[in-house]
Amino acid sequence: MLFFIAKRLVISFFIMAAATTLMFFLVISSGDPLSDLGEASGSAKKATIAARTEAMNLDQPPLMRYFLWLQDLGHCLVPGGVDCTLGTDRSGNAVLPQLESAIGSTFRLVLVATVIALVLGVVVGIVTAIRQYTTFDYSITFISFVLFSLPLFWLSTLLKQYLAIDLNTWLANPQFPYLTILLVGVVAGVIWAVVVGGDRKRRLAVFGIAAAATAVALWLLLVTGWFVTPGLGPVGMLISAGAVALLWTALLAGFRRRRILYAALTAAAVGYAGYLLSIPLLADPNWLTVLALLGLTVAAAYVAGGFVGGPYRARAARISAVIAFSIGLLIFLDRLLQAYPELSARAGGRPIPTTGSESPNLSGGFWETNLDYALHLILPTIAITLISFATYTRYTRASQLDVMNQDYIRTARAKGLSERTVLVKHAFRNAMIPITTLMAFDFAGVLGGAVITETVFGWNGMGKMFVDGVHTVDPGPVMAFFLVVGTAAVLFNMLADIAYAFLDPRITLS
Amino acid sequence: MSRSDIEPADSRPQVELSEMTLASQDTDIARGAPTRQQTERIRTTEAKSQGRLVRERFFRHKGALAGMGLLALIVLLSFSSIGVAGIPGWWNKEYDVLGARFNEGRPTLTLWPFSLGEHPFGQDVLGRDYFALTMRGIQTSLIIAMTVGLVATLVGTAVGAIAGYFRGWTEAVLMRITDVVITIPTVVIAAVMAGVVARFGILPFGVFLGLVTWTGLARIVRGEFLSLREKEFVESAKSVGASSARIIFRHILPNTVGVIIVFATLAISGAILLETALSYLGLGVVSPDTSLGKAINDNRSALTVRPWLFLWPGAFIVGIALAVNFIGDGLRDAFDPKQTRIKQ
Repeated sequence: MLFFIAKRLVISFFIMAAATTLMFFLVISSGDPLSDLGEASGSAKKATIAARTEAMNLDQPPLMRYFLWLQDLGHCLVPGGVDCTLGTDRSGNAVLPQLESAIGSTFRLVLVATVIALVLGVVVGIVTAIRQYTTFDYSITFISFVLFSLPLFWLSTLLKQYLAIDLNTWLANPQFPYLTILLVGVVAGVIWAVVVGGDRKRRLAVFGIAAAATAVALWLLLVTGWFVTPGLGPVGMLISAGAVALLWTALLAGFRRRRILYAALTAAAVGYAGYLLSIPLLADPNWLTVLALLGLTVAAAYVAGGFVGGPYRARAARISAVIAFSIGLLIFLDRLLQAYPELSARAGGRPIPTTGSESPNLSGGFWETNLDYALHLILPTIAITLISFATYTRYTRASQLDVMNQDYIRTARAKGLSERTVLVKHAFRNAMIPITTLMAFDFAGVLGGAVITETVFGWNGMGKMFVDGVHTVDPGPVMAFFLVVGTAAVLFNMLADIAYAFLDPRITLS
Repeated sequence: MSRSDIEPADSRPQVELSEMTLASQDTDIARGAPTRQQTERIRTTEAKSQGRLVRERFFRHKGALAGMGLLALIVLLSFSSIGVAGIPGWWNKEYDVLGARFNEGRPTLTLWPFSLGEHPFGQDVLGRDYFALTMRGIQTSLIIAMTVGLVATLVGTAVGAIAGYFRGWTEAVLMRITDVVITIPTVVIAAVMAGVVARFGILPFGVFLGLVTWTGLARIVRGEFLSLREKEFVESAKSVGASSARIIFRHILPNTVGVIIVFATLAISGAILLETALSYLGLGVVSPDTSLGKAINDNRSALTVRPWLFLWPGAFIVGIALAVNFIGDGLRDAFDPKQTRIKQ
């Protein structure tokens, strides 16, 4: 294992070295860095040319420029990082500080979009595979093909122009006529009926329940002014904690083993206690406090769940930890949403921003800042997620179908295991193995997509650094961008290989 | 059919039974009248070539057929309307002629009753006929995409085949080169040089994009070659003294044609999207030529006041990419029936 990692690291190093060489020479030969000065004249032009020559080493031959850039890079590799600047851009400013300020917003975007696309894509992919050749399967297949075929920039611009403006207008006065509420209910009912399937009677029952539940829930949300002051509140949190516990138990263990169910409910109680106790601590925390509290809750639920679990100790403890983690996320979301009314008022009642990655000069606590990030993320994340989602759904569906066709699934059914056990324990786990590889590939693609998304939404991220650098034939910023993206791609590929060997014992690393 | 069915075992000595040959059993069956099951088998069994099986499976895929129809329609529309290579089409306006704007350049297309009007897709800010412009954009984008598909497929197949067949140092060098190119995201490596190459015209631009998108196919083809070169039929071809080129082209390559065709199709839809994305960043096709991506980029500020300038080229991008993706899906199912094996 260690030998494999060491070998891969050495190979990766040489691949990155070759790739940076290729990129550097492509960039410097892609145009004339002084071409924008064509119209200028006189001493100002001469001064600019002199400054740029100094900053970009234009008086050196290409090979020498590359070695000078390598030297700048080398400063960052020696321990301590003295003089670590990653070179200078054409105005003579060090690249590293620019990269540091740009990297945060880009990785926020890429990470959030990847996680959402992965979760949604895998869930929908599994359901389409289980309900193969149903209306639901065909609809999702068609939708994912449409999403595949959408140009990212076109979709982003449409979202920005139509979704954001309409949503903002609606949020100023969040009301629906009764007809709309009814229609939303009917649509939700149809979707649930198609997903659950079964004979006509069962489908009708599911349709009725889902439609009524959705319509009533939406009506309650509107009446209680949830869209003006969103959040869960103590009562909502209690209900959500219970629902989360039941959901995970149903998915991971079933209700036949009572002790596991009791352990899950204990975990929900622990999570709720954590919610009540942490209210004063979460007034204006930092990331360390939040993560520590989350870890504490999960650990407490793990111990308590194992204690209650009795004969199923290990399993109950694991499920309890998952439940506590989910409740922790809910608490975080709840606190985040509580900052919404104030932030919305500050934005003049139009809370969904269409440009930039954060509000300028926002002075607020932890929750205000992070909610501000989140609101700025909404539109670009939807755009990137939709396109990645299509890939994940298709791959998950194919992978799950492949597994469901294996002999050991038939064996599992033949020995009389419940359908849930067959699907979750035998099929799902094995279907996920190829998805790890896809994640590694998709990550590089999403980073590439971020270049376009950032341009559309006017973010000051790495993508803008890159595009500006390409337009001005300035190798400093372009290479800094590529160092981050390339390293991430190489690392993710290696992690995927290791994860593959870990998940599939038939594969040995050599 | 066991022996006891033909003759009762107890009526003959054991020795004689064991000496009964297979041939005698066959004649026994042949003499009797054929059963119903046998006649049916004879009627349904029919020799089908691999190509015919693939074709039949492809034409059963409704999505792929719809995709073919849509693509054919779009191609026909764009090439017949404004003509190509000096041959005039049925549309009487040029895409690069400025003119006065009627009714703020609104589209005159009405579906019911159907009429094209003076400017079906409206006019852009300079008064150019947007229908002709869009048709010209479709032509350019399609030509670029086809070039990309062709170049990427040729290079990817060649690299993968050589690496997979010859192994050793050749493979090491070629696959490390592939690794290097694959490390750089496609948009990134394409964006760096696209602005320069595009100035030489659309064909060099397509060739360039093809030269940065072949890596996926090279890996796939290499994998196929690695397993096929160990097969017995390659062994036997070697034993009768076939040259490497003959083994590659006559014995191995035909067995990998499925993955190659599927890749080529998907490379074309990928190229449509890549070309438009680059044109959007201002790094693609340059004036006076136009493409669907460039048309959108030229009019991106017009979305609020003149949305049709933004929507028409976009709709055609989605239409072409969607059609090609469906064709690719149909081809994949046709060449790899394993994927659609179970219909529950």
